[in-house]
This record gives sequence, structure tokens and C-alpha cells, in this order.
Amino acid sequence: MDPLADANQTAALIAKMSAWVAGQAPDGQRDQWALVGLRRRGDVIAGRMAESLGITNLGTLDITLYRDDLGGAGTVPMVGTTEIDFSLDGLDVVLVDDVLMTGRSIRAALDAMADLGRPRRVWLAVLMDRGAETRELPIAADFAAAVQSGPRSVEVRLRPGDSDEGVYLGETAGEGVGI
Amino acid sequence: MTDDGKYPWPHRHLLTLADYSADDIRHVLTTARGFEGISTRSVKKAPALRGRVVANLFFEDSTRTSMSFQLAAQRLSADVLSFSGKGSSVSKGETLVDTARNIEAMGVDVMVVRHHHSGAAAKLAANVQCSVVNAGDGRHAHPTQGLLDIYTVAKRCGRLDSLDFTGLTVAIVGDIANSRVARSDLIGLKKLGAHVILVGPPTLLPRGFADLGDGMSAELSHDLDAVLPRVDVVNMLRVQFERMGGGKSGGPAFPSTREYTARYGLTAARLKRARPGVVVMHPGPMNRGLEIDAAVADGPNSAILEQVSHGLAVRMAVLFLVTTAAQGT
Repeated sequence: MDPLADANQTAALIAKMSAWVAGQAPDGQRDQWALVGLRRRGDVIAGRMAESLGITNLGTLDITLYRDDLGGAGTVPMVGTTEIDFSLDGLDVVLVDDVLMTGRSIRAALDAMADLGRPRRVWLAVLMDRGAETRELPIAADFAAAVQSGPRSVEVRLRPGDSDEGVYLGETAGEGVGI
Repeated sequence: MTDDGKYPWPHRHLLTLADYSADDIRHVLTTARGFEGISTRSVKKAPALRGRVVANLFFEDSTRTSMSFQLAAQRLSADVLSFSGKGSSVSKGETLVDTARNIEAMGVDVMVVRHHHSGAAAKLAANVQCSVVNAGDGRHAHPTQGLLDIYTVAKRCGRLDSLDFTGLTVAIVGDIANSRVARSDLIGLKKLGAHVILVGPPTLLPRGFADLGDGMSAELSHDLDAVLPRVDVVNMLRVQFERMGGGKSGGPAFPSTREYTARYGLTAARLKRARPGVVVMHPGPMNRGLEIDAAVADGPNSAILEQVSHGLAVRMAVLFLVTTAAQGT
């Protein structure tokens, strides 16, 4: 694993995401906005953004049940909880995730959100975009704090789920790495 | 849990909790937690079992469990076949295995089975290719009831995060001898580290329960009044007249229902002996006024309706886990 961004640089990338949302959502209208992070790590990023932006509509989405690659030899995925304790109806919802690659997580997230309510508009903000070549669905981010193309995998680490913070370049992506 | 966020789940079936490790049980309960929210949102459905078929085979009467399994399967977008033994070809003499094989031939992924013979679910699992979930077999096991009872204990006693029951004392009271619920609860509770006291009249409390093998043991008592002050949870079992062979009198098990209530019924007066926050559970259906008073069943200590809600989440988790694990094999 080679480091791409250290803890401070990662914090700066998250700040860029917040700044982008601030540009979209004027100060007086933030109660019409919501940040929904994908478990795991998207929720951590969304939490930090919400704090700096003063957005109180903050939720966590677990997309496990909506994935298209459930199951596999002798293992089962960990189903987490979805925690969205406000109505999504009519809000501008920013979906937040760490890495955008195939777009399949986002497809699952959109389906999961459709079962929860009807936002006015759904936006997508990610920390790292792997580039259009990796996409398997017609999905793009409205904002990406950084783009890292190429075959090597990208791993974002954030506390408290991980033991350190940063963005790392991993091995050349094989089958089934990240969605 | 493995590095890629997956749990190595080894089970295609759920026949008895004895087959599951403590970690397997914890994984079911953690999964159930993720499913609990589905029941409260606007679209009460998730697509996890879309295109799969769940067959409910109930050869014995059931309201709660069959409806719970049916709704659980539907909430996960599975197609559901429901079958009850009465008015079917079983009454024409078809055997259990033949019935099951015929239903399986229609393309079933999971069979949920309830049967009055102990071991029926295991027999099916040995004779069909699909997953089998035991919804109660004779006096043997009712594992999803055990899981939902454990989930309820964990939630009420603040152990949902740790799922470690060390230091908790649970009394299971009443007709232990005839109760598959008692067996499943006992196994599950012991695996998570709880201390279990089985309470009932000598005729309904076989000595064999004191030592279940695998280092699992239960304390036995015939004195509910003495046990109550020591427990965090008291689980009142239904007196199962239909398995006693004595009609509505209790047969040879106890002299009269009035005497049973006097010694083992959970009345409001008796509940005062317990700690203020004691959790009262009952697997249903209740004989109100016999093993439990209406005032207790409907009172603030009661978790009886929560048990039913938790049953739905737990059964969703079980259906999800057994089918998802079977997918890759």
C-alpha cells in the first residue's frame, strides 16, 4: 500500500467536499438539505461535513440488502442499520461515499433511498473518483474531491472504523474489488 | 468477520440452536438489528430475496409463527407458498418427505417447517436439496423463538451491542417437559453466557435438564417465589395441555389448574417479589389467568408484544442468512 494522501491531506479533501456543498446550499436554506453517508466510511465523511456545514439532517445508509452481488462461497455480508430519522421528502440529499468505482453501490443506494422517501434532488459527492473507465453503470459524481484513474485500487481509511487516516494506493484491481 | 466485511457463515439450515456457535447466534442477532428498521419505514420491503421462493409447511397449528415467517419472507421480496397440514394431501396419507419433495420440485429455495414430531425438520433437511428452517418440531426445538427471546433479552437488558449475557440470570418457568421453547431458549442463553434457572413442578421438570452436555448446565427449582428476587428476566411458558393427554385439567402433571396458578402463576402480587425492572416474557399463546395474570401480561414489565415484533426481524435475518449462504455453494 502506497500513501496517496496523509491525514491532513485527507481532511483537506473532505473540506473541499464541504465547500462544494456550501456553494450549492446557501446559508439560509440548509434545513432543506440532507447529507446521507454510505456505510462504512461514507457515513464518517458525511458526519464531518455535516458538522462543518451546520446541516442537521444527517443519515447513514446501509445498502447491503440492495446489492447485486449478495452471497458467495460460505460467507454472508454484514447487514448494518440504516439510520435516517428525518423525512427525505422534498429535500436536496447529498449522497456521500469514500470511493466511486463501478457505480454499483450508488445504484443500490438510490434504490434504498427510493424505499425511504422522495427527495427533491439527489446529489453525489465522493472523496475519490476512480475515473469513468472503471464505471459499470451510467452514474457520475456531482463532485469528487480527487480523481485517481488507473488500475491500482484506492483505499480510504478513516477513524474510528480504521486505525489510521489517509488515502492509499493498493494492488492492481482484480475481480470483485470494491463496488 | 473476514477482512472484506463478510462473515464466514457455515449454515444452510436452521434446525436447532445446538448446531450454531455463540458467534453464529450473535451474527443472526446483529443481522436482525439491521432488519428491524424495515418495519417502520414507508416502504416496508427490501429486495434481498427477490426471485426466491419460501415455502411455509405447517403440519401443526400456528398463528403467530406462520404469519411471522410469511411476512418476514415477503418483506424481503421473496415469493411465499403457504401450506397447512389440514385439508391437504397429508390427510390422504402422503408422507412428510413425499410432500416436501413434491413442493421442492416446484422450485423452492427455503422450507420453513413446523411438525408435531421431534426431528421432523432434520429429516426433511436430510431429504431435500433446499434450505430448511425449523419453525418448531414436537418437544425438540423452536430455534427462531429462541433467537427472538434472546434478542428481546439483549434489547431490554442493554446487551445489544455486546451480545454477552455474562451476569444475567434468566428464569424459564412452567411446563419445561413439553416445551421446545424452553430447550431452544436454554441452549441460546447458555451459549451467550447467561445463568438459567428452570422452574416448574417436579412432574414438568425433568432432571436431565440440569446437565445438557457440552459444559452447559441449568439450575433447577420447584420454588418460583424463591427464584423471583434473583432474576433479570422471567420467561413464562404456556401450559401445553395438548401434550399432556389429560384434557384441560393438566392430566397427571398437576392436581388442578388452580393449584398450578397458586404455585407457578405469575400474578401481580407475586411479581412484587422480583426486582422492579424485571423483564416478563411469554412465547404465546397465553393462558391468561393460568400461568400469567392479565395485569402482568399487559403491565410495564411485559415485553410480550416486543417479542412478536422482534420475531419478524429475527426471521428475516434467518431467511436471509440461510439463502445467501446457500447461494455460493
